[in-house]
Amino acid sequence: MAEEKKRRFGKWTRRAFIGAGSVAGGGLVLGVGGVMFAPNRLKYLPEGAAGEGHLTTWIKISPDNQTTVLIPHCEMGQGALTGLGMLLAEELDADWSLVRIEQAPSEDVYANGYVVRAFLEESGFAVPGWLERALDYGAFKMADFVGLQVTGGSTSTRGTGAFGMRLAGASAKAMLLEAGAEQFGVPIEELTARDSHVVHEASGRRATFGELANLAGTMGVPRRPTLKTREQYRLVGTSRNRADIPSKVQGQAQYGIDVVLPDMLYAAIMRAPVPGGQLTSVDPAPAKAMAGVREVVVLPDAVAVVADGYWQAQQGLNALSPQFTDAGVGGVDTAAIRGMHAAALDTEAMDAAPAGARTIEAEYTVPYLAHVTMEPMCATVRLTDGLCEVWAGTQDPLSSRGVAAEAAGLDRDAVIIHNQQLGGGFGRRLPGTYDYIEQAVQVAKSFSPRPVKLIWSREEDMRHGYYRPFVMSRFRGTLDDQGRLVSWASRFTGSRFGDMVAARPHYAIDDTAVRAVAPPEHLRTGAWRSVAASQHGFFVESFIDELAHAAGRDPVEFRSELLEEEPRHRAVLERAAQMADWGTRPPEGRARGVAVVESFGSIVAQVAEVGLDADGAIRVYRVDAAVDCGFAVNPQQAMAQIQGGVVFGLSAALYHQITVRDGAVEQRNFPDYQMVRLANAPHVNVEFVDNGGPIGGLGEPGVPPVAPAVANALFVLTGQRLRSLPLTLA
Amino acid sequence: MIDFTLNGGPASVDVAPGTPLLWAIREQAGLTGTKFGCGIGACGACTVHVDGVAVRSCSVPVESIAGRAVTTIEGLAGSEELHRVQRAWIEQQVPQCGYCQSGMIMAVSALLEDNPTPSDEEITTAITNICRCGTYQRILAAIHSLVGTAEVSRG
Repeated sequence: MAEEKKRRFGKWTRRAFIGAGSVAGGGLVLGVGGVMFAPNRLKYLPEGAAGEGHLTTWIKISPDNQTTVLIPHCEMGQGALTGLGMLLAEELDADWSLVRIEQAPSEDVYANGYVVRAFLEESGFAVPGWLERALDYGAFKMADFVGLQVTGGSTSTRGTGAFGMRLAGASAKAMLLEAGAEQFGVPIEELTARDSHVVHEASGRRATFGELANLAGTMGVPRRPTLKTREQYRLVGTSRNRADIPSKVQGQAQYGIDVVLPDMLYAAIMRAPVPGGQLTSVDPAPAKAMAGVREVVVLPDAVAVVADGYWQAQQGLNALSPQFTDAGVGGVDTAAIRGMHAAALDTEAMDAAPAGARTIEAEYTVPYLAHVTMEPMCATVRLTDGLCEVWAGTQDPLSSRGVAAEAAGLDRDAVIIHNQQLGGGFGRRLPGTYDYIEQAVQVAKSFSPRPVKLIWSREEDMRHGYYRPFVMSRFRGTLDDQGRLVSWASRFTGSRFGDMVAARPHYAIDDTAVRAVAPPEHLRTGAWRSVAASQHGFFVESFIDELAHAAGRDPVEFRSELLEEEPRHRAVLERAAQMADWGTRPPEGRARGVAVVESFGSIVAQVAEVGLDADGAIRVYRVDAAVDCGFAVNPQQAMAQIQGGVVFGLSAALYHQITVRDGAVEQRNFPDYQMVRLANAPHVNVEFVDNGGPIGGLGEPGVPPVAPAVANALFVLTGQRLRSLPLTLA
Repeated sequence: MIDFTLNGGPASVDVAPGTPLLWAIREQAGLTGTKFGCGIGACGACTVHVDGVAVRSCSVPVESIAGRAVTTIEGLAGSEELHRVQRAWIEQQVPQCGYCQSGMIMAVSALLEDNPTPSDEEITTAITNICRCGTYQRILAAIHSLVGTAEVSRG
């Protein structure tokens, strides 16, 4: 079976890789392809796979001097593939025009525990909330799991890029220089690498990387190659076009929903609307009577219709009247959830207020939020001869593999994940959220060997998310008679790691007491772009603003004084204020608000300029954002992430809420969950502030500051302090 | 069997009455650049041109386009490599996840065909497609780069 599998799918086992690697001793000459460089101690190498397009490590240099970089992360618009390729090419001293970027296949060998360990150790990185959830998923070891195939927590560039990719590039360069020294018969110290060439200045001799690659592949992989300093960068830090964009403007990029296989069938599905509900009965006859409908598939908690086309499947589903249980929670609604959170906080009373001139108390809430990726959840599955193949967009193909294996009742080695472009992720396709893959496998079982593509309707997608949690937080702050902030206490509902980190203010306050209370649960929750920082950024930055106003102080000055021990925070705060002309009068009918939030290794301050439309709707005209992300690898893309993050956060601030009625999510489609569109998108000015810090994340940190910045501006504009989202004026 | 013109060539599809044009394009014609986003014409990811006019193909029954000319993102550039809107999208590095951008580009190209020099108000009134990644600022910049440089282009 193993041989058969390999032959048919061009795949190989982990054992085969290690075996080949030990034989080849650190490099492998491919028939026509070139040489594979294995970073550091990882020497996983392919067995004569040149013609199959399945390459296993991160760099391949072909005789025509093309460098191919395989990136073990998914692309969902964040630009990580290009940025990581830049980091590698920088250390390699490759000519960027000769570099091609590819996404690595979804195989265990791409999970690089060494890099992750280095990353964890060197960065002092704390395990984020979404990872905790995934660690509960016992299918595989942490090293394999974290591997290099999870894309989330804004870690691609600051983790894989800053540690793994740079190391791989530097290692390969060292091997090429060694090969050059042998070929030219000169000391290695006399050689330099430049623009995909090894050059001997003294004699003027030069060779392309491609010419040296085979020889270089026989050299040992250096343990600790020399990495460049920032001052030596020539490529990193310059704006480069993203590799994936041309295909995306031509409709050629293939997303999970676009997979086409021979003999493919299509499925539509409806799950019990109340969480935990089970299917009790369904009469399949109305669907089966419809043209093109093949079968009605009954799952414990859902019913699916399989047809020759997706539209027919969805029409068949619409014709059914399935009955579901409500799992005993059919009476729950949003008011009840709010009451449960308040009751939970009542159990954790605050200590007596310290003596002070003034005590300010407030209660904040945020609603459940859906991710609403533009591409609804979908997956295509083919089960044949004990093999399960899955085509889907996922933020972690390796853990998706475990989910598919369990659903199929197969060993993980019998599952192949073909990861596709993601039509948005935002946390909805992270480990622990692969119900759509599980369902697709279950439905496809009845049709083996025919492949089945399961597509969720927008309505199904909206109702069965892993939502940003509903959170309530109570605050009490005390000012002394000089207007100084002397105590800060908060209690909030939340149980994830990361909540405490996000809830603790960076302001220097002598007496700070932040406590979490286990939250009541109803809907499934998960990581939503910027995770805990999305709610606690709103809470903390709104409440500090309340305190500033209570003290009669300017909100920027008040914050700045409390950030004496946080120079990076202070720097972005003051820069954003300058960018926004803080302190000058805004245009008539507008006001400004500020917020500064650290998340995922980056610090972002934003000033929002806000007014009201003729019909009284909140209008955000402009956002000035100052960002300390260490330094920006690809500045134009770093900027795009902040611009997009502001819009994402603004849609949540102004419009979004998932509400519950009769135990189920009420929202169905875009009319119930409005988005910022071109007409009300603010202009976002972005500047980067480099204070020499390590590379930070960028996919998420642009999101949290915008809601409090807008809320704080609305207070100035209207006198109303809005303490819940979405922001709604009385 | 319903016959129409698709990206300049003849097409015929055999689907149940009422089937939206979107699914005929994606599943019968095999052109997957046109995306499914909401199914109710609310997001614009499925925008194509019918006789040069931008329509949301998820909400158009395929029988209603019999004998008409449909252009999808795959056919927008005609015989050229890229349509000028696509070129502007690359120059401004507009897409992030990219899922909405086929529809966005189709909507913008139809607008500029109809009105080569739209004002910002005309642009934001006409282009109501949703981009969840929030690329609007670059979309506007790309349109601005095209306004005033309009040539007669294929619809």
